[in-house]
Amino acid sequence: MTPIAPPLPAGFVAFVKRDCPTCELVAPALAQLRGEVDLTVYTQDDVTFPEGLEPVDDTSLEVSWHCEIEVVPTLVRVGNDGVEQARVVGWHRPEWEELTGVVGIGGELPESRPGCGSLSVDPDIAPDLLVRFSGAKLRSRRVEIASFEDEMEALFDRGWTDGLPVIPPTERRVHAMLEGTTRSSDEIVAVAPPDLVECTVEKVAINAVMAGCRPEYLPVVIAAVEALCTDEFNIHGVLATTMPAGPVVIVNGPIRRAIGMNSDINVFGQGNRANLSIGRAVQLVIRNVGGGRPGAVDRATFGNPGKLSFCFPEDEEGSPWQPLSVDRGAVAGQNTVTVFAGEGPRNIVDQLSRDPESLAKSFAVNLRTLHHPKAVMAFDCLLAVSPEHARVFREASWSKEQLVERLHELLLIPGEELVRGAGGILEGLPEGVAGKMIPKFRPDGLLIVHCGGGAGLFSAMIGGWAAGAIGSQPVTREIQS
Amino acid sequence: MTTGIENQSSGVRVVLDPTSERRPAKRERVPRPTTLDGLTVGLLDISKARGDVFLDRLEEKILGAGAHVKRFRKPTFTKPAPVDLRQEIATQCDAVVEALAD
Repeated sequence: MTPIAPPLPAGFVAFVKRDCPTCELVAPALAQLRGEVDLTVYTQDDVTFPEGLEPVDDTSLEVSWHCEIEVVPTLVRVGNDGVEQARVVGWHRPEWEELTGVVGIGGELPESRPGCGSLSVDPDIAPDLLVRFSGAKLRSRRVEIASFEDEMEALFDRGWTDGLPVIPPTERRVHAMLEGTTRSSDEIVAVAPPDLVECTVEKVAINAVMAGCRPEYLPVVIAAVEALCTDEFNIHGVLATTMPAGPVVIVNGPIRRAIGMNSDINVFGQGNRANLSIGRAVQLVIRNVGGGRPGAVDRATFGNPGKLSFCFPEDEEGSPWQPLSVDRGAVAGQNTVTVFAGEGPRNIVDQLSRDPESLAKSFAVNLRTLHHPKAVMAFDCLLAVSPEHARVFREASWSKEQLVERLHELLLIPGEELVRGAGGILEGLPEGVAGKMIPKFRPDGLLIVHCGGGAGLFSAMIGGWAAGAIGSQPVTREIQS
Repeated sequence: MTTGIENQSSGVRVVLDPTSERRPAKRERVPRPTTLDGLTVGLLDISKARGDVFLDRLEEKILGAGAHVKRFRKPTFTKPAPVDLRQEIATQCDAVVEALAD
């Protein structure tokens, strides 16, 4: 959305405010310039300042905002077409002389003085100016909250929350959120299941505000929503299943650090705003825009606490291996999200293995139990390897491919152990599998990510949901700015 | 500082609707048949285990009531029925039974 700026008068234009010592200082210089060039002065706070220069009232800050004035005084040279040609900020005599072509301006003034912050970028004021002048038209329905209603309760009452309070999505906050992306607010991000409605950047931004996101998280939320709303990921099925799966969002690339995500201690737990609010925003989009609500389309028997929010970054810097995103075809250094339909994480304890073969076997016996020791080829797994366990593989120079290959070998299970009735358990496969070796996971059904705190000889497995084309496949998407 | 929600001159606070703003379209149900005699009943297997057992028994009952039966099957129970399949059922059948089983 391109804001329409008011035209500037030709010649020179100065922006000042009285509450700025440098502006007070340069008032005589402006008066001197006025005698030699066409000069128009816009004043931000006091229409009588500077005296005698007939300042133009910009106390609305409209002209300052449109001209992106960050510092006062700012002196701008404007062509006859009303378009800016050049500007100088603060007071520095040689720059003013070069810009204006007038020599000896403000002869009695010191050589230079830095300016002050423009009122149009004052943090208390700027969000309102954005709403007023940006020209970004928010199209969502305005919902009035009556004066006797408590605003937090009002949002619960309308069914918009996940069971925890949300931040009220005011126009001002949504405008500020939209500053986090270069995409237009009316751009369609995805067609959101289960209701199959077109979900705009604006709707994602509203739900991101409610979830507690900062604007710089918005591109991650948008990419995750795109990834969820694909036929491969099949969020409709993930919602509708009685199984406990929900979207798990894994973030790779430099943006993890840039927005302050946590891949370290308590990586799956509480305490980090970016991890939690991004995962929560994604779920709120599915709830509010897609219409996927527990008890309606969401039929989970148990669900899991991660369905409030389950989002974390990989610890790429400390990993012996290439990141998950690169395993999945992204370029190293690219910002991506990967979504995986997963249940809650389960801990794998092995404090004694110091060689990779022993540790791989430990992983395998635990992975065997995923969902049921007799459940094979049905569910994928996201295996999170901690730094202390990863060290064992690093010191033995085991690549990730080597570990995955070994796990697949160790998880070839004799059919006799899987059939109905084996072990005195009726659950199982038909008799026909007896005599065959059946793999626990499909060939690309094991995903490995490196994360977690530096102390603890643990890893964690996150069980998937119906694997492959009939259910949900992991999806990786680039995060666009 | 404001508390977050703009206090406008009317005292009314305003937030933006986070939903799709879509009211479910109300559609008239087709009239319920009073008899199955001579009608075509579609039986949709959603591909869950043992759905076919249930539908086989249902087919016997419906044929006994003088109706014709057409059998359909979704590719996977985890996804909604493809549009073409829904269209096929809607154009070929007077009634449909969808089986859920496990």
